[in-house]
Amino acid sequence: MSNDKVITATNLTKKFGDFTAVDHISFDVHKGEIFGFLGANGAGKTTAMRMLCGLSLPTSGEATVAGFDVYKENEKIKKSIGYMSQKFSLYEDLTVKENMEFYGGIYHMTDKFIKEKTAFILDHLHLQKEANTLVRSLPLGWKQKLAFSVAIFHEPGIVFLDEPTGGVDPVTRREFWNMIYEGADKGITVFVTTHYMDEAEYCNRVSIMVDGRIEALDTPSQLKQTYDASTMDEVFLMLARKATRVEM
Amino acid sequence: MRTLKFILRKEFRQIFRDPGILRVILIMPAIQLLILPWAADYEIKNIKLAVVDHDHSEYSRQLINKVTSSGYFILTHYSSSYEQALEEIEKDDADLVLQIPDHFEKDLVRENEARLFMALNAINGTKANLGGAYLRTIIQDYNRQVRTEWIQFPRFSSETQIEITSSNWFNPLMNYKYFMVPGILVILLTMVGSNLAAINIVKEKEIGTIEQINVTPIKKFHFVLGKLLPFWILGLVVLTIGLTIARLAYGIIPAGSFLTIYVFAAVYLLAVLGLGLLISTYSVNQQQAMLLSFFLMMIFILLGGLYTSIDSMPEWAKWITRFNPVSYFIEVMRMVVLKGSSLADIKYHLLKMAGFAVVFNGWAIFSYHKRS
Repeated sequence: MSNDKVITATNLTKKFGDFTAVDHISFDVHKGEIFGFLGANGAGKTTAMRMLCGLSLPTSGEATVAGFDVYKENEKIKKSIGYMSQKFSLYEDLTVKENMEFYGGIYHMTDKFIKEKTAFILDHLHLQKEANTLVRSLPLGWKQKLAFSVAIFHEPGIVFLDEPTGGVDPVTRREFWNMIYEGADKGITVFVTTHYMDEAEYCNRVSIMVDGRIEALDTPSQLKQTYDASTMDEVFLMLARKATRVEM
Repeated sequence: MRTLKFILRKEFRQIFRDPGILRVILIMPAIQLLILPWAADYEIKNIKLAVVDHDHSEYSRQLINKVTSSGYFILTHYSSSYEQALEEIEKDDADLVLQIPDHFEKDLVRENEARLFMALNAINGTKANLGGAYLRTIIQDYNRQVRTEWIQFPRFSSETQIEITSSNWFNPLMNYKYFMVPGILVILLTMVGSNLAAINIVKEKEIGTIEQINVTPIKKFHFVLGKLLPFWILGLVVLTIGLTIARLAYGIIPAGSFLTIYVFAAVYLLAVLGLGLLISTYSVNQQQAMLLSFFLMMIFILLGGLYTSIDSMPEWAKWITRFNPVSYFIEVMRMVVLKGSSLADIKYHLLKMAGFAVVFNGWAIFSYHKRS
C-alpha cells in the first residue's frame, strides 16, 4: 500500500509569527483518491494546501508530493501537479483558447498536444462556440469548469482544488463534481477543500480541520458511524463547534 | 525559449487588448510633447510693472517708454503715489514698482546724477530677480543713451564703458524647446518603463493569477523577462514617436546620431524597468504601486535637472542626483541632441546606467519569490 501514496504529510506545521495556522498535521493520500479537506473558514485548509503545492514554505514537519520533498524539490512538484486556487485565476482578458494555449505552453506541452487537447476540452464542455470569447464574459459556472480543465490540461498526477465550487449554483456544482469523478477515473488524485458538506459525501475520504489541527480523518460513512450522525453536516458541526479560533 | 514565447504572446495580447495602455503609449507622448514645451519656459515675460512717477518730465516719460517697449513688462499702474503702487503689489496686480523721484530730470541734467527706486514682489523669487535684472539692464542702457546724446566725444568720457557681446553655443537662438523637449522625452520613457511595468505585475498579484503562475514550473527568469521585454519594446516605440514629434513640431533634429540615443535608451529602459519590477515586488496592490512610483517620479523629475539646473543645487542634493537615473538620461539627451556627442563621449554615462540596470534588476529578481 505504501508505494501508492502520492501525498504524505507528517507533523506539517506553518506559523505566521505567534500564530500557528497549521498545527502538526499528518495524513497520506493515495493514488486516484478523492481526498476532501474540510474545515471552517480560517481553519488552515488553504495554508496546508499552499505548502503542499510549493507556494508556501512549511515552518516544520515533513511532506512529500508525488514523491518529491516540499522543501527541496518544490519546483519538481510543480511539474506533477495541477492547482486551482480559491481566487479565479484564468486571465479574464484572454480568450478561452488563449488561456489554454498559455497554460499548455508554460507546462512545455507541444503545439500539437495543445491543439488537440484544446479541441477535446471545448468539445467536452460544449464550449466550441465560445473558443474565441474573452473569459471575462463567461458565466461563473463555466469559468470554474474551465479553470478545472485548465488545471488538469497538462495531465498532472495530482490536482489541488481550493474551494472550487464557491458561489456556484447547485446544478453547476453537480456538473463540476462529475468532472472531478471523470478525472479520478483517469487516475488523477484529487485533493479538494470545501465547506459544502454535501460535497464531502462525494469524497473517498475526508479530513476535518479545526483550529489548524486535523480532528477527524476517515471515509464519510465511517465518520458518520463514529460520531453517530446521519449526515456529514452533523459530523462537521460537532467537530467545528470545538473551534476557539475566530474566523479570519 | 519556448516558454518565453508563450509568455510574450500572452503579454502582448493583453497589452494590445487594453485600450488604457495604448492611450498612454500614443496619446501621453503627444500631449506632453506638444503642450509642455510651450508652457515650461525659463524666460520670464509679462512682468506687471507699476510706475510711480513724481517727476512727470520728458526724461521720465522716455524711460518708461523704453521699459515698456522692451516686451518683458506690462504697465499695469501709473500714478504719483507710492502707497497706491504698493497696494497693487498686495493685490498681486504688480510684480515690480519703479519709483521716479521728484527732480529726476533736473538732477540728471544738472548734477549729472539721478536716483531711481525699485520695489520687488518676491513671492515668486525668480520672477522678481529676473524682472529686477531686466529693468536694471534697460535703465543702464537708457543711461548710456542719454550720455551719448550729451557728450559728443565718448572716448573722453569719464565713464569707462565695457560692452559685452556673447555668442550662444549649441543652442544659438536660446530656444528653450531645444532644451525641454529632450528632457520631457526622458520623463516619458521613465513613465512607460517604471509605471506601466510595475502596475502590470501588481495587477497579476491583485487578481490572483500570479499564484497560478507560481504553481507552474515556470522559471523566475522567464517570467521576469516575459514581463520586461514587452515594455522595453514599448519604451523604444514611445521614444520613436517622441523623436518624430520633436522633429515635426519643433524641427529638432539631433546633432548627434540616432544610434547613440537608441543605445543609451535601450540600457536606460532596462534600468527603469528594473525599478518598476522592484516597485511591484514591494507593492501588494495597484494603488500602492501607483503611489510609490508617483513618489519616486516626483523626486526623479525635481532632482533630475529637467526644470532646475543640477549645477546650482546644494552639495547634498547633487549627491542624490547621482543616484537618479533620470538625471543621466536628461544630460545624455541634451548632449546628443544639442552638442552632437557620440557614444565615446557618453561612455561613462552608459556604464553607470548599465550599473543601475544590474543593481535594480538583480535586487528585484532576488526579492521576487515564487514561494512565501
